[in-house]
Amino acid sequence: MLIKQLSVFLEDRSGRLTELTRILAENDVNITALSVAETADYGMVRMVVGRPERARAALGEAGFTVGLTDVVCVKMPDKPGSLHQILQILTAEQINVDYMYAFSNSNVALAVIRSADISRVADVLHQHQLELLSESDLYQL
Amino acid sequence: MIWNPQRESADRQQMQEMQGSALQAMIRRIYNHVPFYRNRLMALGIEPGDITSVEQLKLLPFTTKADLRDNYPFGLFTMPQSEVVRIHASSGTTGKPTVVGYSRADIELWAEVVARSLTMAGIHSGDTIQIAYGYGPFTGGLGLHYGAEKIGATVIPISTGNTKKQLQFMTDFRASVLACTPSYAAHLGESILKEGIAPEDVRLRIGVFGAEPWSGEMRREIEKLLRIKAYDIYGLSEVIGPGVSMECECQCGNHVFEDHFIPEIIDPETLEVLPDGELGELVFTTVSKEAMPLLRYRTRDLTRLHRGKCDCGRTLVRMEKCLGRTDDMLIIRGVNVFPSQVESVLMEMAETTPHYQLIVRRENNLDTLEIRVEVDEQNWSDSIRELEGIRRRIDHNIKSLLGISATIRLVEPYSIARSEGKAQRIIDERS
Repeated sequence: MLIKQLSVFLEDRSGRLTELTRILAENDVNITALSVAETADYGMVRMVVGRPERARAALGEAGFTVGLTDVVCVKMPDKPGSLHQILQILTAEQINVDYMYAFSNSNVALAVIRSADISRVADVLHQHQLELLSESDLYQL
Repeated sequence: MIWNPQRESADRQQMQEMQGSALQAMIRRIYNHVPFYRNRLMALGIEPGDITSVEQLKLLPFTTKADLRDNYPFGLFTMPQSEVVRIHASSGTTGKPTVVGYSRADIELWAEVVARSLTMAGIHSGDTIQIAYGYGPFTGGLGLHYGAEKIGATVIPISTGNTKKQLQFMTDFRASVLACTPSYAAHLGESILKEGIAPEDVRLRIGVFGAEPWSGEMRREIEKLLRIKAYDIYGLSEVIGPGVSMECECQCGNHVFEDHFIPEIIDPETLEVLPDGELGELVFTTVSKEAMPLLRYRTRDLTRLHRGKCDCGRTLVRMEKCLGRTDDMLIIRGVNVFPSQVESVLMEMAETTPHYQLIVRRENNLDTLEIRVEVDEQNWSDSIRELEGIRRRIDHNIKSLLGISATIRLVEPYSIARSEGKAQRIIDERS
């Protein structure tokens, strides 16, 4: 089960991230998870949000370089070894992870995973009885 | 079709005879009416009667942009202001503007050379020409305008800017020809995509672009975006404005209207005339203009000349696309760099756009070059590995072409200001 992640290319300019969150706030878009990757002169903001299409349209209109990327959001127990188990499965299948970000909250941990072969990630994790979140699950978090 | 076959397809001997007698009349005119030229010629011991053939051109003194400034505003005019019917001025980036004057016959001459130019690109009375060059003191708008009317085409004198209105007129009035700077043409092409205008609603077939250097890759990009054939028109206000030279359908260089504007190529250091085919500074002598003729005017444009009959049937000498202007040329750590070279690297790569800017700084007494490149909105990746790969490839290609390394910065689409006139490609923060 794949979900749409919002990816935004951000130039290293003061106030640019604030501008982004302002637009999301004004459009009533809730952010479930967010990561900012930075290089020397630009950043990549990746977010799992409610209503990704609406968020994309609003940001695009405001002049942001924005795209939707398929990712997997996998649910696991919040205890030592959970993430390791998932990565072991992917390694055994020779799947490379491009990037990931994770968070945990009241006994549940979630990891957002991106890979070039994202459909296979979903299939493999599903075969191993791991729970993948759908977009509707995320809105309830 | 050839607008003026007698002139444009004259054999070499006829051309030289025309040039010789026109030059003789011009020398007489400037000697008698312009103290600046009389003093220069007298200092060399040259009397008007001494110059009888075009071969003697190389004996005559040069005119530079500094001479124009020193004689600001009307010091090089041959006639009283009552006979001058128009004044144009080009915005000098520093100091005073460059002023040029036209007599009634000069305006007619200008319309003639632009009529030849448009005809050379296959434009005729059935065409509707959207002139998106600036109207005003800049020569682009009015220059194209008079030539377009002369061939009987329908003119939309929209001038530059207001992109939404440009697109509305272009579609509603079914413009078949667009005339503007190449950077604005690219912007209009992108705007058509952005606004979601159906390709079949754009009826353009030909583009006439000039007033700034552009690469072959940029030409292909504009041709693809606007679904047209794009032609280069060359000119500079000091010589007359657009219509000094023009590309024919063979696109093997621009034919110079040498019956009016005699070109030479010189070595900018030694000032010696160079043979055909060698790269050097382009120099023009305007033998027919009345109000403000210029003798051996140094354009600072670097190019080569080629003679020989073209497949289009014209015998006019051809100039290659200018490599750049000697004053656009950046010297970075002793290496000559032209913005057009950077552009050709970017245009060869699918992942980048032709929107770029060069920033030159001096840090610890060392020149640094930063190249800002917009990522392609349609074709970017959220993977930093891929973006860095693009950056490394630009870096590598720039280094192998220019021989110096640059800092490549990827920036957001549309973050580099779009220009409606000439694009600002260079920010030089040294000194």
